[in-house]
Amino acid sequence: MPYIRIIRLMCTGRVDPAFIFRAFANGQDGVFIGGCLLGECHYITEGNYDALNMVHLCKRLMEHIGLDPRRLRIEWISAAEGIKFAEIMDDFGKELKELGPLGESEGLDTDELRSKLDEVKGLIPYIKIQKREKLEMRFKNLEDYNDLYTRDEIEKLFTETASFYIDPEKCQACMICGKRCPVEAISGAKNKIHVIDQEACIKCGSCYEACPPRFGAIDKLCGEPVPPPIPEEQRMRVRVRSRG
Amino acid sequence: MEKETAQVQGLMHPPDSGLGDVMVVGAGISGIQAALDLATAGFKVYLVEKAPTVGGKMAQLDKTFPTNDCSMCIESPKFIECDRHPNIEIMTYTEVEKVEGEAGDFDVTLIKKPRYVKEDVCTGCTTCVEYCPVNVPDEYNQNLSENKAIHIYFSQAVPLVTYVDEERCLYLKEKKCNICVGVCKNKAIDLHMKPEKVKVNVGAIVLAPGYDVFDPRVRGDYGYGRMENVVTSLDYERILCATGPYEGEIRRPSDEKHPHKIAWIHCVGSRQVIPGGNTYCSAVCCSYTQKQVILSKDHDADMEATVFHNDIRSYGKDFERFYQRAENLPGVRFIRSYVSIGKEIPETKNVTIKYATDEEGVKEEEFDLVVLSVGLKPPAGAQDLATTFGIELDDYGFCKNDPTNPIKTSRPGIFLSGAFQGPIDIPESVVTASGAGSLSGELLNYRRGKLARDRVYPTERDVTGEEPRVGVFLCHCGANIGRVVDIPSVVDYSLGLDNVVHAEEGLFICSTDAAQQISETIQEKGLNRVVVAACTPRTHEPLFRDTLREGGINQYFFDFANIREHCSWVHSREKEEATSKAKDIVRMSVARSCLLEPLDEYDLPVNKACLVVGGGLAGMTSSLSLANQGFDVYLVEKEHDLGGMARRLHYTLEGLDVQAYLGDLIRQIYQHPQVHVTAGATIVEVAGYVGNFQTTVLSEGRTKEIKHGAVILATGAEEYRPTEYLYGEHDRVLTQLELEEQITQGEEWLGEAESLVMIQCVGCRQEDRNYCARICCNQAIKNALKLKETSPERDIYVLFRDIRTYGFAEDAYREAANKGVRFIRFEPQDKPQVEAAGEGLTVTVPDPIMGKRLAIEADAVVLSAAVIPSANQQEVARQFKVSLSPDGFFQEAHVKLRPVDFAADGVFLCGIAHYPKHIREAVSQAYGAAGRAATLLSQDTVTASGSVCDVSESKCIGCGACISACTYGAIQFYETRHGNKVKVNPVLCKGDGLCNAKCPTGAIYLKHYNDDEVLAQIDAAVPDLEKVSS
Repeated sequence: MPYIRIIRLMCTGRVDPAFIFRAFANGQDGVFIGGCLLGECHYITEGNYDALNMVHLCKRLMEHIGLDPRRLRIEWISAAEGIKFAEIMDDFGKELKELGPLGESEGLDTDELRSKLDEVKGLIPYIKIQKREKLEMRFKNLEDYNDLYTRDEIEKLFTETASFYIDPEKCQACMICGKRCPVEAISGAKNKIHVIDQEACIKCGSCYEACPPRFGAIDKLCGEPVPPPIPEEQRMRVRVRSRG
Repeated sequence: MEKETAQVQGLMHPPDSGLGDVMVVGAGISGIQAALDLATAGFKVYLVEKAPTVGGKMAQLDKTFPTNDCSMCIESPKFIECDRHPNIEIMTYTEVEKVEGEAGDFDVTLIKKPRYVKEDVCTGCTTCVEYCPVNVPDEYNQNLSENKAIHIYFSQAVPLVTYVDEERCLYLKEKKCNICVGVCKNKAIDLHMKPEKVKVNVGAIVLAPGYDVFDPRVRGDYGYGRMENVVTSLDYERILCATGPYEGEIRRPSDEKHPHKIAWIHCVGSRQVIPGGNTYCSAVCCSYTQKQVILSKDHDADMEATVFHNDIRSYGKDFERFYQRAENLPGVRFIRSYVSIGKEIPETKNVTIKYATDEEGVKEEEFDLVVLSVGLKPPAGAQDLATTFGIELDDYGFCKNDPTNPIKTSRPGIFLSGAFQGPIDIPESVVTASGAGSLSGELLNYRRGKLARDRVYPTERDVTGEEPRVGVFLCHCGANIGRVVDIPSVVDYSLGLDNVVHAEEGLFICSTDAAQQISETIQEKGLNRVVVAACTPRTHEPLFRDTLREGGINQYFFDFANIREHCSWVHSREKEEATSKAKDIVRMSVARSCLLEPLDEYDLPVNKACLVVGGGLAGMTSSLSLANQGFDVYLVEKEHDLGGMARRLHYTLEGLDVQAYLGDLIRQIYQHPQVHVTAGATIVEVAGYVGNFQTTVLSEGRTKEIKHGAVILATGAEEYRPTEYLYGEHDRVLTQLELEEQITQGEEWLGEAESLVMIQCVGCRQEDRNYCARICCNQAIKNALKLKETSPERDIYVLFRDIRTYGFAEDAYREAANKGVRFIRFEPQDKPQVEAAGEGLTVTVPDPIMGKRLAIEADAVVLSAAVIPSANQQEVARQFKVSLSPDGFFQEAHVKLRPVDFAADGVFLCGIAHYPKHIREAVSQAYGAAGRAATLLSQDTVTASGSVCDVSESKCIGCGACISACTYGAIQFYETRHGNKVKVNPVLCKGDGLCNAKCPTGAIYLKHYNDDEVLAQIDAAVPDLEKVSS
C-alpha cells in the first residue's frame, strides 16, 4: 500500500482531534489510528480507550460537516500481529478507494470543504472544554460508545457556540482578563479598554471567569453574533477615581 | 599454533593493565551477549575471538526464523555496543594458549595472531584491497565468491580493519609482492608482524566457541563437493543474502542462473547412526529450512520448492505457525521421504533426487539446485579447547555440562554459553549468555564495579539560536532497501529539502565506520539535526542516539525515517512507488527533525531488590542466583508449597532425580538470608516503574507492600485437562503426568499391564491451540523407557504425528525404538479412536505402512496432554503491563535477541510461562532472567527518557483535564496569582502524552512529540502542500 504514510506516536491517547482534521484539511482521504489491544496498555493510563472515545466524537463531527465517518478508523493490533496489520491496512485502503476522493465524493467542493474543516479545527479547543466530561468516559462494552455523542449535541456545538465579548462600557481596563487568556487574544493595556480578538479566541471562558464580578464586563454570547470591536481611537479610558 | 608460538614475540601487554573480571571466549551472538551483560553489570570483560571480527555464525545468516528478521541488522548494533562499551576489551584474531589458576584467579595466556595490519592505525579505507593482486575464496561467503588476500572480513566487521590471509599472500609465501604496503597512506601494513603473547588475569571464564556445521564434503554426501549445484544450507544463507556472492539474487553456482526448482534435503549429518554422521537431532534445521523456503518464494514467487523431510520438528515458540506458513505457500511441497541423489545431468548440471512416497512409490525427479540442511556439530578444535581449559567433553564432543545446570562446565569458574553445550538456536544461546553472566556474577560479586569505568562523551554543543542544519543518512541495508528503493535518487531529493545541508548513502549505515562517519560529519559540517533513513527505532534508535552523543550534539536531535519496514519490505514489487514513498518519509522526518529540541534525561535511583513471581523451579533458580549476587529477593508463590509443576515430575531423560533436586533447592531458598518467601500469596496491586516498583501482596489475610527495582515473572503453566479419548470417563485413560505419578508410586495395575498406548499432541497442534507443546515427545519416551525397564516384554505403542525429540533426546527415541516401543504415525484428520473394552480399552489407528486400520488392545491409554498457559496468566500480564503471545504465553521483547526481557523495562521472564520447556531449559532461562535483572540491579540509577511532559504556564487555564487523564499521578495543581496552574513531575511522567491530547489550550505538551512536531509531519506527508492555516 504505497499510499500510506505512518507517523509514530507513543500512545493512541496522544492523538489530538487537531491532528485528524489537519490531515483531512491537507487533503488526505483517510486517517487510521492503530493502537495496542484494549486492556493491554503498555502504560497504565489506557489511553487507547481515550482514543476510541475521541474517534467517536470526531466521526460525529465529520458527519456534521458532511464527511463520511468511515474515512476515520481506529483498530487494535499488537506488535505480534503483523499479518493482521497488513490485512487491516489493505481493507482500509480498499474502503477508501470505494469511497473516492475526500470532499468530491461527498458532494463538497474544495472551498466548502476547506471552510467547514477550518470551522471544526477552530472549535477543537472549545469542544475539548465542552465535552471534557464525556471525553473522559470509558466503557468496557464498546457499543456504549456508539450513542455517547448525539447528533443534536454536536449540532449545538456549532449553532450555540459560546463567544465572549467585553462590554466597553463596563470594562475597567484592569488587565486581569488579559493575563488569564491562554492564547493572548485580549488586547489592551492599563487604561485602554480590552478587546477580544475573536479570530484568536479559543472560547475557553477564562476571561469570563476572571473578570471581577463587580465589573461584570464580559458577556457570554451563545449562538449570537458578536458586536464589532470598539474602534481603536475610542479605547482610551479615563478613570474617574471615586473617593469614599 | 605450535609453529606460531615458536616465533612469538616477547610478552606483550594488552591495551590496558591485563587485569579483568571475566574473559569471554568466542564473540558470536552468545559471547557478545555475555560480554554486554557482564560489562553492564559492572565487570571488566575481555572478549576474545579467533576470527578477525566479532559476529560468529549469526553474521553469516540472511534472516532469522520465525520472524524473518534480518540477521545482521539485529546483530550488528550489538557489535557497536561492545566496541563502545568502556568495560569491554575486544581482542580479535586471538586464541587462548593456556589457562592457569582457579576460579576467581585465572591467568590466561593469549596468542594474538598477526593480522599484518596495525589495528590502531588502519582506517578501513580498503585501498590495499583494491590493489592486492591475489584473489582468494571468500570464507565469509562460504567460498562461493572471491575476495583479496588482504581484506575486511565483512562490511560491518568490528574492528573494521583489514587482515592478511597468511596462506595466500604472495609476500608471506614467497616474498614476492608488497604493493599493499606501498599504497597504504597510513603505513598500517606490516608484513613482518609476529604473533604476540598476551597475559591477562580474570576471575571467571565464559566459553562461547559456538558450533560448526556438518561438512557433507567429508563423505561426499548427496554429491556435495562433486556436483556444483548441491550446496549446504549455510552456503544457501549466503546465496540469499544481499551481501552474499550474488548480491541477494538467488543464483546457482554452476552457471549463475536463477534456479526455479529447488529441493531441500533434511537431516544431513544429523539423526544418523552411520560412521561420520551425528546421532542427535540438530534442532534448528527444520525451521531454518522453512525460513529459506519462505525467503526463496519472496525472491521468486514462481519458484517451486520441495522439502524432503523426516519428522518436522517445529517445537519452538511460533514454529508451528511458521511451518504452516511455509507449507501453505503455492508451489511448495513437503514430502516425507528418505532420499538419495540420482545423477548430475551433464548438459544442465541439474541434479536428480530419488525418493519414495506411500502413494506413488519410488520416483526420480530433477532439480535446478539442491540444498542440504546440514546439522550442527562441535566447533573445530573442541578437543584442544577442552585440554586448554581443563574441561570435559560429552560423548558427542560438545562441552559436558551439569545435568541440572547447562551453563556449568566440569571446571569451577568456567561457564558455558551458546551452542557449545549442544545444538540450540539463537534465543537459547542468548539465554545461556545472560545465564553465564549471572553465574559469573555469583562468583565475582565481591569485585563488581571495582574495575568498571563509565563511558565518556564529548561535551554537548549548545545549538541554541542556530538554524536547523539537517544531515540525512540513507541506508541500502545491503539490498533490503537498495533493491527496491532507488537510494541515489532519494539522496538527491533530500539535498533539495529545506534545511538539509548534507545527504549521503551507505550500504549499512549501522556499521561501525558508517556510525563513526556520522559523528565526524556532525562535527565537520556543523549538523544540528540527523535523520537516518533506514530501518526501525525498535532495534537501532539507541545506536544512532549514541552516535549523536559521540558527535557532540544532544541525542534527541535524531529522527528515524523508516524506509525498510514501512517501505521497501512491504512494497518490494512496486519499486517506483516505493521510491516516491521513501522520499515522502524522508521529507516528513526532516520536517519533524527541524523542530526537535534538546532534552535532558533523568536519573532515577534503583531499588536493589527483585520480586520473583512464581516459586517453581525457574522462579527459585532465579531467586537463588540473584540472592547469591547480593540482591534481596522477594519470592512470591500462590500455592502454599514451593515447587510448581516440578512437584509432579520425578525423573528426566538425563537421569535427574527431580524430587531430590527440588527438595535441595527449596531448602536453599528457605536457608538463604536474602530470599524472602511469601507463600499462599496473591498480588493485589502493582505500582511504580523500572527501578522503583511497589507491589502489594496479600497472604494469610494480611497485605504487605514490597518495594523492588526489578521483577521476574516465572508463573508457570498447566497441564491441559483432556476432553477427548475418554479421559475422565475411563479409569485407565490418564495423562503423562498422572502416569509418571503412578509409576513412581509403584501402582500394582501398572506392574501387570501388558499393553499401553500413548497418544501424542492431545490438545495442541490444532486450531484452537496452534502450537507444539515441545516437551510431550520426550515425556512419552521417558515414561515408555521407564515402563520397559521394569518389564521389557510389555507392548508400548506411541501414536504420534511427528516425533520431536530435538537435540540429544533423539538418542532416547532411538533407544525406545530399539527396545521395542512401537511408534505409529497418524494424520490429524484421522486421529486414533479410543473405545472402552471392559477394564481395558481398544485403540484403533490407521497404519500408513500396512495401509489398514490397526486395532490395539490396551490396558491403559496415556495422553500426552499439552502444556497450556496458567489460568491467571492474563491477570499477571495485566498487572505487570506485559504482553501475551497469541497462544497466551508471555511475549518476550524480541524473540531472538531479548528472549527473557519484556518490552516493559525492568520486567523479565523465565520458565514455562514463556513457553513449554524441559527442566534444563527452564533452569537455563532462569539464570538468564537473573543475569538480565542483575544488569539492572547493579546500577545505582536508571536513566529515564527525556521525552516527558512539561507545561507552559501562561497557556494553562487550570481546567484539570490533564490531571484526570494521568493515572501515573505525575501532574499536580499549584496556585498562582493568575489562578490554578499545573506542573509535571518528570520522574513520574512516562511520556504517553494523553494529557497533551486532552489539553484545550496546548499548555501541557509531550516533549519530542509536541503538537508542532507532529503537525509538521502531517503537513509534510503531502508534497508541496500549500501552506494552510493551523
